[in-house]
Amino acid sequence: MEALATLPWGQLIVNGLALGSLYALAAFGLVLIYKITDIINFAQGELGMVSAFVAFFLITAFQLPFILAFILTLVFAGILGALVERFIVRPVENTSPLNPVILTVGIGVLLVGLAGTLWGYETRPFPAPISGPALRLAGLVLSRINALILVVMAVLMIGLYLFFRYTLVGVAMRAVAQNQVAARLMGISVGRIKALGWAVGTALAAVTGIFIAPLNYLDPNMMGDVILYAFAAAVLGGVTSLPGSVVGGLLLGIISSVAGFFAPQLRTTIAFAIIVLVLVIRPRGLLGGRTVKKV
Amino acid sequence: MGRSLAAAWPWLLLVAVALALPALLALIPGLASGYVLYLVALAFIYAIVALGLNLLIGYAGQFSLGQAGFMAIGAYVAAILATAWGWPFALTLPAAAIVSAAVGYLLGLPALRLTGPYLAVVTLGFGLAVPQLIIWQDTWTGGSSGLHSIPPADVLGVPFATDSQFYYVALVAVALLTLFAARLVKSRTGRAFIAIRDSELAAQAMGVSLIRYKTLAFAVSAAYAGVAGCLYAYLLKGIGPEDFTLFLSIEFLTMVVVGGLGAIEGSLLGAAVLTALPNVLTRLPLVEEYKNLYVLVFGVILILTVIFMPRGIAGAWRSYRARRVKAPEMAGQPSVVKG
Repeated sequence: MEALATLPWGQLIVNGLALGSLYALAAFGLVLIYKITDIINFAQGELGMVSAFVAFFLITAFQLPFILAFILTLVFAGILGALVERFIVRPVENTSPLNPVILTVGIGVLLVGLAGTLWGYETRPFPAPISGPALRLAGLVLSRINALILVVMAVLMIGLYLFFRYTLVGVAMRAVAQNQVAARLMGISVGRIKALGWAVGTALAAVTGIFIAPLNYLDPNMMGDVILYAFAAAVLGGVTSLPGSVVGGLLLGIISSVAGFFAPQLRTTIAFAIIVLVLVIRPRGLLGGRTVKKV
Repeated sequence: MGRSLAAAWPWLLLVAVALALPALLALIPGLASGYVLYLVALAFIYAIVALGLNLLIGYAGQFSLGQAGFMAIGAYVAAILATAWGWPFALTLPAAAIVSAAVGYLLGLPALRLTGPYLAVVTLGFGLAVPQLIIWQDTWTGGSSGLHSIPPADVLGVPFATDSQFYYVALVAVALLTLFAARLVKSRTGRAFIAIRDSELAAQAMGVSLIRYKTLAFAVSAAYAGVAGCLYAYLLKGIGPEDFTLFLSIEFLTMVVVGGLGAIEGSLLGAAVLTALPNVLTRLPLVEEYKNLYVLVFGVILILTVIFMPRGIAGAWRSYRARRVKAPEMAGQPSVVKG
């Protein structure tokens, strides 16, 4: 127990929140896609990985400043997500509950294979989006990139909140998530909203990819660990709750950061254990509402 | 009698070819028949995993991305018992099956609380966690360097040491487990699986216990993977945690989907096609330099199959036959999967 007291808790929590922001963004995308299309997107990590590669080439080959590359990559990811939904997922949407899931697994494998064939499997360093000395606050160290991640996360979350709360499209997306038939009767183009849901979800995965890459490295398998944590975050937050995914992501970031300090060799196992524990103790997650069973 | 014989002759032919394969290969000059037999034995082993996974996905309607984890458990149980405790093959094989089945049963329990595809997340995590736990528990498992010098399999005092000899062990195993799966899906248990797949609500209303049959489906598919893991350990004589990756689990899923969900013969076909594929691809002249191209090809095959041939090769063959002889043979296939 002494070991617990001597842990640099404050520092681990600060680092964990930054990492957790990235899990939260990926988890938010997962939950959004799940709520709107009833599909668990197993290609979420790989979509983020491909986007990180696109950002990498925009920055290194085209010498674009980070902010411009970031925005262009989000646009690319949005278009990619919408195209995947429209032309790959939608044709099998109503065939069986399993087919779309198997399909997203296939899309993930395809993207890894594509990235590996085009760009190789060797790991590359990703240029840091921001440089300079770390910030120091009350004895805690906050690196510039972690600070940037926290700012990006906050801006995106406020933006998404306003979007879903006040814009017509945002309300339409919530309507489709709640009841597709009623939404269609209200004159909402459900197909377009679904494509948009995938676009936003994929763009969020891209944000995770772009910021995980400079923290770790860039390679076709870079998202394996990250995406399991994002899944765990979604389950912890309660599968169908968007705020829950954010809370779950931040919590898992802290857990992952502490786990990385204690037992770095068991990080994946810990994410798995959390998923199982949540399901055994509280299957609806922290913020999940009642599950309504569709027959 | 005549009809059942007519239905059985392709299978009899298959068994005859399989038995005679070592002799046939030896006739081809310049061919390393040992290596070919090793590959075919590997395809048999993968087919066993695919059979189990098909029972789980194609019949019981539950999803798994963690079969490589069950296979790893079977392989390590057999390897540890054989090397450290000197257990014979006749005991390590059932031990591997029982331990894997027990883990599968336990994993099925939290899965009961999950409706729909979130189950896949649990199995995904399981498949990723097992190799990590194997590396962590290095006193038993040898950590990341793995376990080596596994003694040859020994059946009733007869050693099956070389690849060409062990080929027969794998052949008998895949034949028996195919028969078992074919019997199982026609039994009360198999009908319960299919009922759960088609509608959990309706199955419950008919008195099918979801707890019992969902966990049973997990346990059976895990036992198949465990047996396959044990055979894998004896075939390769050495195993490591990197043998059982997430990609292997996805390969098994691809085999089942491409072969045909809910069709026993489909799993055999799928395993044969997809074990051959990487070996053929890496030998083609143009493709040679892209040695990981098969990852891309696997993804493309999986996507195209789901979109254009959701019943897989077996389903396409069955509907072709059904159109020709007008005898509906589609009863075993998922009714929810539409072409």
